[in-house]
Amino acid sequence: MIEESLQLVADSAPFLLKGAGYTVLLSVGGMFFGLVLGFALALMRLSKILPLNWLARIYVSFFRGTPLLVQLFVIYFGLPQIGIELDPIPASLIGLSLNMAAYICEILRAAISSIDRGQWEACASIGMTRTQAMRRAILPQAMRTALPPLGNSFISLVKDTALAATIQVPELFRQAQLITARTFEVFTMYLAVAVVYWILCTILAHFQNRMEARVNQHDQEH
Amino acid sequence: MIVVEGLTKRFKGQTVLNGIDLTVQPGEVIAIIGPSGSGKTTFLRCLNLLETPDAGRIQIGDISIDANRPLGGQQSAIRRLRQQAGFVFQSFNLFPHRTALENVIEGPLVVKKTPRDKAVELGRRLLAKVGLAGKEDAYPRRLSGGQQQRVAIARALAMEPDVILFDEPTSALDPELVGEVLETIRGLAEEQRTMIIVTHEMSFARDVANRVIFFDKGVIVEQGEAKALFANPKEERTRQFLRKFLGTAASQD
Repeated sequence: MIEESLQLVADSAPFLLKGAGYTVLLSVGGMFFGLVLGFALALMRLSKILPLNWLARIYVSFFRGTPLLVQLFVIYFGLPQIGIELDPIPASLIGLSLNMAAYICEILRAAISSIDRGQWEACASIGMTRTQAMRRAILPQAMRTALPPLGNSFISLVKDTALAATIQVPELFRQAQLITARTFEVFTMYLAVAVVYWILCTILAHFQNRMEARVNQHDQEH
Repeated sequence: MIVVEGLTKRFKGQTVLNGIDLTVQPGEVIAIIGPSGSGKTTFLRCLNLLETPDAGRIQIGDISIDANRPLGGQQSAIRRLRQQAGFVFQSFNLFPHRTALENVIEGPLVVKKTPRDKAVELGRRLLAKVGLAGKEDAYPRRLSGGQQQRVAIARALAMEPDVILFDEPTSALDPELVGEVLETIRGLAEEQRTMIIVTHEMSFARDVANRVIFFDKGVIVEQGEAKALFANPKEERTRQFLRKFLGTAASQD
């Protein structure tokens, strides 16, 4: 029984590996675009220009207030009705990125606001522009606050990519579905897939810890 | 060196600065004293536009800011003015993620685009000047309050400003650390640097400043040569204020 299961997992390994590749692609891509868009949204939220501020608020409210699954369906099945047809992978990447951006916006906004006003003033007092102050003093410090929640979001994202299976993306979970449809070895396959997700997230958590240690360096050094 | 005309600042309808006029000559050291809430810190912060004045004109060196016009269009002038007016904060406001040396050279590197080796050389010299040679690589967290404030002074000096503004530079310090910071400032005064110091250290103000200005309720009540003003205040409000201060000092002896 156990030998048969192991044999099945070994036989499925190439498919699982290919699926894991898509999972990583969606995760890294979603995180990257989520960070870019999320940072822009955070700046809008911190802006004194009210329309920008409201726009960012509405965005965050919508993408945090609706299920990711529904967002993916709107993009993949809904948009074609108004003439925008997307392949599964771009569609899921867009959905995941838009969704991540909302969470990242709030993480970055909170982290940036948590920096003492005196830091802005210190930058201003030596003649820096606001952009210089942001880049040289505020963001490096805000990243310390933001890294743990960003890491958590990234780990959530890795698991959320499984939802892309519902719109035909051949990622890890979808591969397991395809294999079980053929072999009916439901327990073994889904357990194997769970382990792969677990390994991916463990590796991520490890990198997260290393990065946190690095940005906290100046606390320890003499 | 500094000309201020009609500087006015209101917070929520309350007038904190009521048309302040002040002229400072090059090399002059000015101490501003007064009760808390008198507007002295707000005045200092208005001088380099950390606080936005509602009216008035500020000139430092060859840069002039007109607060009667919208400040949005004067941003680059404001930045140039700030480079000419170093500011030392009560709470130091060092960059915690940068070493002492990095704190000092940040302005030259980023704002003045000084080449790194030149900036480092300047930074080391300034840290030595404030008595912190050997602490170049220390992060602020590892330094005492007095040392942090001296790094902050070096950071202000690194921009080679025409004037340095001190906002209660020793108020956040433990009593035993006050002396080292005051000595550093005294050293700068002896170099004939133009400085404006908001302070509660009365004996320091008397010894180091050329001129003392007494603020109360958003106006300059009285000003004059430092020793004369402390010995012979003309206004009743100044007398009351000094009596309170020197009275408590006397009772501590």
